[in-house]
Formats: sequence, structure tokens, C-alpha cells
Amino acid sequence: MSARIVHIASNTFREAVRDRVLYNLIAFALLLSGAAILVGQISIDIKRLVVINLGLTAVSLFGVVIAIFIGIGLVSKEIEKRTLYTVLSRPVRRWEFIIGKFFGLAGTLVVNTFFMAIGVFAALLYVSHKFARPDALVLVALYFIILQFLIICALALLFSSFSSPLLSAVFAFSLFVIGSFAEDLRGFAGMARGPTRWLASAAAYLVPNFSAFNVITSIAHEQPVAGQLVLHNTLYALFYAAMALSGAVLIFEHRDLK
Amino acid sequence: MKSRRQTTFIAGGCLVISLIMSILILRRVDQIRPQATLDEVLYISSPKVLERASLGYNGLMADIYWTRTVQYFGQRHYRSAQSYNLLAPLLEITTHLDPHLLVAYQFGASFLAPKPPSGPGQPDRAVQLIEYGIQNNPNEWRLYYNLGFVYYMELNDYAKAAEAFERGSRVPNAHPFLKLLAAQMAQHAGEYETARTLWIATYQTTRDGHIRSNAVEHLRALKVDEDVTRLQSALTRFGERTGRLPSSLSELALAERLQGIPVDPDGNPYKLTSEGRVLVEHPDDFPFISKGVPPGYKPAPPKFHTQP
Repeated sequence: MSARIVHIASNTFREAVRDRVLYNLIAFALLLSGAAILVGQISIDIKRLVVINLGLTAVSLFGVVIAIFIGIGLVSKEIEKRTLYTVLSRPVRRWEFIIGKFFGLAGTLVVNTFFMAIGVFAALLYVSHKFARPDALVLVALYFIILQFLIICALALLFSSFSSPLLSAVFAFSLFVIGSFAEDLRGFAGMARGPTRWLASAAAYLVPNFSAFNVITSIAHEQPVAGQLVLHNTLYALFYAAMALSGAVLIFEHRDLK
Repeated sequence: MKSRRQTTFIAGGCLVISLIMSILILRRVDQIRPQATLDEVLYISSPKVLERASLGYNGLMADIYWTRTVQYFGQRHYRSAQSYNLLAPLLEITTHLDPHLLVAYQFGASFLAPKPPSGPGQPDRAVQLIEYGIQNNPNEWRLYYNLGFVYYMELNDYAKAAEAFERGSRVPNAHPFLKLLAAQMAQHAGEYETARTLWIATYQTTRDGHIRSNAVEHLRALKVDEDVTRLQSALTRFGERTGRLPSSLSELALAERLQGIPVDPDGNPYKLTSEGRVLVEHPDDFPFISKGVPPGYKPAPPKFHTQP
């Protein structure tokens, strides 16, 4: 990886930290500790389930919101502040700028997820008093959440490369919602006939498939995740993110920035 | 300029390759988790919780759940499954979210009532479902018809069937055949005759191709069942009189003065086995027949016809 990409990525990360993005960790800690204490008092035998379900859902949703709201401004904000021209006047290529921004945002989310994961495990320890073997499955769910973030970051950047921040947020969030129902979408496409089937299937395969990444509920029930699924989800996330980033690079490369 | 062209070329290539790879991998992921959409678990089974979670968009949620119900039933029916554990809860959720979704009652009851492998064999729950539908849509005569249908076909309860048809006939704009059906039930008319009336009524009162094909298959099966029953009776009479089996169906027809040798709805003659059984030539072409099949026969997935 070129030094210029690393430099842009580390600057993006620093900027996110300066924007107090990591403050969400406080809200997360309050939510999780509050839920762990409250559920223990008002319910029977679902403390562990609630901590895992709520904790991982919060990690996922907080991350998605951060990915979308930072991702959509990564390019447009630089243009608005005119800092992009300073960057591009140096020996930095446009594609390096996009890739650097992607890694910076992904890094921010990985660090954020790391701290949240500590919170989840601390809450688990609090409610169960000790770690059990199935708790390790939480790591798989966290890994899938990070893969999900990679796709969302790439999509947010793609939209940011040609649209306004508001519209980019709408597009990215809509795709996240649609992608969460991707399997239903493919199921419906399978029930259609003729050209409708082809069109619906094409659309269903084009939108990101987030449902395969969501193993939170099954992990809360201590159901193992197949190694094949881990491998294929990893490859899928990498290729999908690469596709969205290639699109972002293509658009940004030909965009008139005057 | 050259550098930009190079970047465009590489990024374009990456985009196409990544798109193809992501589709291929997604297909593989689907194979790894083939039942991901309709797992044998309903994590939220409470219709009330789902109603609240739908934020007022109950109609859309009901449509989604109805589609999932159809998919679930279709998949399990195709695999000749012995259990349909989620069917009743899915229907309950669907109809609770949208109590006016008539199709969910009409189809849902016909999904729930038949015995495995055609369905879960829960006619009581089918009755409950339609009664809930009637409670919410008291002026829909088709629901009374469906109720009578389940009572007659699945529960063999003529009195309740007659009552359901009679209730339906009192609904404004009800189809006139409900009165006829109520009368037939009350008289305990011939089984085949009544069943035929019901299926013809089903065929005539729907525009849905699936329901029509289903009715056609049942009418074809009724013809086969009726023919085989008649031939078996003739065989018994022949055996009692002569102490042997006829050598062919022609001999039987001649000896028992049958009106010709009956053929199945596809025009194929029935077969007479050396053990004195009357069999249909191609049982796979008649998925709903109960007579005329060899011992131990396992039906193939139904092939639907559009004309009786």
C-alpha cells in the first residue's frame, strides 16, 4: 500500500476522532450496563441473551450510523472546505484519495468496534460471572459486523463521490435496509415469472446481502456458525466493497471538480 | 491523461470482476444457508409484538408475512414434508396484522387442513382461522363456503358443513350455490356427487389460476376414484358369482353389463392385476387419487392441469 494512502487513512482516522465520533462509546456503555442491570431484575433467565442481542445489535447499529454519516461527508466535505484541492495539488492521485479515505473510515470503525466488544464481554462477565465456550461465538458475530461495515463504508463513499451528503445518506441507509431483507428479496424474485423474474433477481443480487452477516440471534442461542459461511462472507464483503470502491474511483476520477 | 485512462481501465476491470465474484459467492452463501429465509424458528411469534414493531405499516408487514407463508408451505409441500410447524403461527401473524386479507383465510385453510404430506393435517386450526376471518369479514360469503368445505372434506361433519353453507347463503350477494350445497349436506347426498359440486363451484368462482388448477386436479381424481370404486364392486360381484377373476376388463364389462369399459380422464384404460386390483395407468398424473394405485405407491410432486 502506498505511503500516500496510509497518510490519507491516518488523517481520516484522526479527523473522525477530533469530530468526537468515539463519544458514542459512552452512550453504548450506558445502554449496555443499564440493560444488564435492569433485565437481571425484571426478567427470568434471559440476561445473557439480552446482553448478546442488545450488545451486538447496538454495535451493529452504532457502527452503521457512524459509517453512513461520516462516509457520506468524506468527499463532499473536502470539496466544500476546499481542502481537496490542496490534497490533489500534491502528488496524490484521485483513486489514492478514495482508497485512503476508505481505509481511514474502516479503521475508525474497527477501533470503535474493538472498544464496544470489550463492553459486550464485560457485560457478559457481569451477568454470567464467568466466560463459557459459546461466548467465543460472539467474536464471529463481531467479525461479521465489521465485514458489514466495510461494505457500508464503501457504499457511503460511492454515493459521496457523486451526490450531496443528504442524498448520499438516504441512498446508503435505504440500501442498508434493503440489504437486510436481501434474502426475502431473492425469495420474492424466485416466485416471479418471465422477465420480471430476471429483473428482480438482478436487482436482488446487486443490492448488498446483509442478512447473511446477521448471526446475532443464532449466536445468542449458542448455535455455531459454519466455517464455510465465515469464508464466503469474508470473500463476499471484500468483493462487494471492492466493487463499490471501483465505482467510486471511476466516478471521482471523471468528476469535474472546478 | 494517460494515467487517468489507466486508472479508469483498472477500476472498471475491478468493478466488473468484483461484481461477478460477489454474485458467485452470494449464490454459494445461499447454498450454505438454504433455509435462511424461512428457518424452522419464528424468533418473534407474537402477532401483537410484530404489529407494534411494524410502526403502523401493518398492511405491508401482513403482505410480507403472507408471502413468507406461501414460500414456507410451498417449500415444505414440494419436499413432501411431514411437519409444517410454522404454518399456523405464520397464518395467525398474517391475519392478525391484516384481518381483512381474505386470501390468507381462503388459501390458509386449504394449506392447514390436508393430511401430511399434502399439509399439516390441522383441520381444527383451519376452522379457527376461517371463523376468525368471518368474525372480521362477516359479509364475505366465500369464507362460509371455505368453512363448509373444510367441515365436509376434512372433518366429514355434514351437519356443521350444512350449517356453514346455510350461514353463508344468508349473507347479502351470496352465490346461489351455497343454498344448494346446504341442502345437499342436509340430505347427505352421494359423496362423489357432493364433492364434485364443491370442486366445480370452486373452479367457477375463482379467477386465480392456482386454485383453478387445484380444482381441476381434484375433479380428475374424483373421476378416477369413482371409476375404480365401480369397477372394484363389479369385480366383487363377478367373483361371488363365478368363483374366479375375469381375464380382462372387457370380460368384466360384458358379464356385469357395464356401460362400456371406463377410461381415465386422459383416455387411458384401467389395468386389471392378477390379484384382482383395478389400477390407473399413470398414477403420477393424478396426484389426489385415493384409489387405483399400486400398494406402497409414493406420489410424486403434483403436476397441475388447466382443463378437467
